[in-house]
Amino acid sequence: MWDYTDKVLDLFYNPKHQGAIEDKGEPGIKVAVGDVGSIACGDALRLHLKVEQDTEKILDARFQTFGCTSAIASSEALIELIQGKTLDEALKVTNKDIASHLGGLPEAKMHCSVMGQEALEAAIYNYRGIKREAHDDDDEGALICTCFGISESKIRRVIVENNLTTAEDVTNYVKAGGGCGSCLASIDDIIASVQQQAVTPVSASLNTNGQTSAKKLTSVQKIALIQRVLDEEVRPVLIADGGDVELYDVEGDRVKVILQGACGSCSSSTATLKIAIESRLRDRVSQNIVVEAV
Amino acid sequence: MQKNCIYLDNNATTKVDPEVVEAMLPYLTDYYGNPSSMHSFGGQVKKVVNQAREQVAALLGADESEVIFTSGGTEGDNAAIRAALLAQPQKRHIITTQVEHPAVLTLCKQLENQGYTVTYLSVNRQGQLDFNELEAALTGNTALVSIMYANNETGVVFPIEQIGVRVKEHGALFHVDAVQAVGKIPMNMKASTIDMLTMSGHKIHAPKGIGALYVRRGVRFRPMLIGGGQERGRRSGTPNVPGIVGLGKAAELELLHIQEATAREKKLRDRLEQTIIATIPDCEVNGHSTQRLPNTTNIGFKYIEGEAILLHLNKHGICASSGSACSSGSLEPSHVLRAMGIPYTILHGSIRFSLSRYTTNAEIDTVLEVMPGIVEHLRALSPFKNDEAAWLQEQEQAVIGARG
Ligand code: FES
Repeated sequence: MWDYTDKVLDLFYNPKHQGAIEDKGEPGIKVAVGDVGSIACGDALRLHLKVEQDTEKILDARFQTFGCTSAIASSEALIELIQGKTLDEALKVTNKDIASHLGGLPEAKMHCSVMGQEALEAAIYNYRGIKREAHDDDDEGALICTCFGISESKIRRVIVENNLTTAEDVTNYVKAGGGCGSCLASIDDIIASVQQQAVTPVSASLNTNGQTSAKKLTSVQKIALIQRVLDEEVRPVLIADGGDVELYDVEGDRVKVILQGACGSCSSSTATLKIAIESRLRDRVSQNIVVEAV
Repeated sequence: MQKNCIYLDNNATTKVDPEVVEAMLPYLTDYYGNPSSMHSFGGQVKKVVNQAREQVAALLGADESEVIFTSGGTEGDNAAIRAALLAQPQKRHIITTQVEHPAVLTLCKQLENQGYTVTYLSVNRQGQLDFNELEAALTGNTALVSIMYANNETGVVFPIEQIGVRVKEHGALFHVDAVQAVGKIPMNMKASTIDMLTMSGHKIHAPKGIGALYVRRGVRFRPMLIGGGQERGRRSGTPNVPGIVGLGKAAELELLHIQEATAREKKLRDRLEQTIIATIPDCEVNGHSTQRLPNTTNIGFKYIEGEAILLHLNKHGICASSGSACSSGSLEPSHVLRAMGIPYTILHGSIRFSLSRYTTNAEIDTVLEVMPGIVEHLRALSPFKNDEAAWLQEQEQAVIGARG
């Protein structure tokens, strides 16, 4: 028996947001659907969003989930997290948020939270009529795990977003490697290459070779990376000096931040700080980034 | 810790019979002597060990000299397979099936890395073997055929004696993992083609950590555990006396109850199975309709997932088991159901109910009462409703295609 938190069990036994949302053609309202997973893999999630077009606010969200206890609880948690948010705000919800909303998930069940995040993304991308870059996977043909049909780019992404360091972690998050195990060596290679990239500034690899995988960062990956650089490399320094920074929005290469505490009040230091943040993000994410304080 | 439940997971383990506990107790307290000792304090213990050996031999229809006590099914399977190979070093081929217990399958995989060739016989949709496939696989190089008597997940029973006849024609040794069958199917090793047979105590109301391996007289047996030479040198290590006494008592009780208990279990099982199939739409039994253990049913509920069903059952105090990946700690669905070619729609929502002589009518009633509601609730959450769903078909095909 898995060791589930009370919260997981509660949401599993008493889900409140199951079902579909019918598109009744209400003016100013759009319904979007996002599908992930498959019956073959043993879990699948279809997320329905009812969005107010003017404000891009999520008025209602429902799920239909085929899967285990944690898949159903993760679906419910996801909806609790995104209700009432704008699509941009919702896009910031990560699988980690879903897991922590649940008070944690067993390691081997982390893939359920990843499925939640992916369904959300799929629904929002559908809403916006954007073709998910994940679909490029098929073109590349880089299917790493044939047992679960998992592509290289999906594995790469989950490694980056969750700082995964072992093939076992990858299995826990996306299942790849959890079947026959013949893809485990390839997963090790992908981890090694991601780690290698992490020590090389992303911008450098972009400059020398436009074909590098860095260029393939989806906007969600990019936002996640910016957030990570801010959280791990920028904020600790600012907090030590009595300040802080919060990511407000990302539009293409324009990164809007809110400077707080000592950083926000002192006008002379604001410009310097902004520049300091910019140079770090240029180093770590993309040469073209411009940081603006809002 | 929860103490009472409706326990329908008896293929996983069984309740220790109170009479077994009673028989064991003195050997945990007062009579703790080592049966190998020269003094009478140990000597009296040796007598009860021998008595237990007779009880186990009686259940198997064997001679007591043919019974080796082990720590359970895994040890029995490992010891038998290794012994068979060591005794015939010139032969390098093993035949087994795709649906064996991991105690056999994992070892066979390892042996492949050590230069052995292993044939894994396939099964059909009902979980049965094809004799032609067996025939084609047997050669003069085949050292051992290791086939389970009854499958732990579906309860499907293989025609062991018919298989044995063919195995003998080719001069190979025949090992049978009978962990699920002993106590449910009458055994008579005297009139059997089986050379070695594994059984486990905790599947027949004895405690965990004790089992026995039957080795036909005359079969060369090279031991896996060597040391003090206990069990006529075939399994060294100070014997687990309380466990052995418990196993002996449990064997005696099984022999006493086998006819009436299995008839009763079968009646309850059939009622459970037939009512579920009749009252809940879109579900089916995995496994052969008649060639099956009397206590086991494995039912696939379409479009929903096994662990979710189990947790709901658990809420009602019902313990069952699932063939789905999620509940077992591995991510792949049951290798047994996969080998049978059960479609994914059913596979992931397969639940095994396994009964024992303690199962009551009222318990079956409770399961029948709650099951329709659970299935309905989970189906209401599921995005899959029928086999025609384009999404479902696309996805199922994609994965099958990728697997090649
Ligand atoms: S190919 Fe990835 S586990 Fe089998």
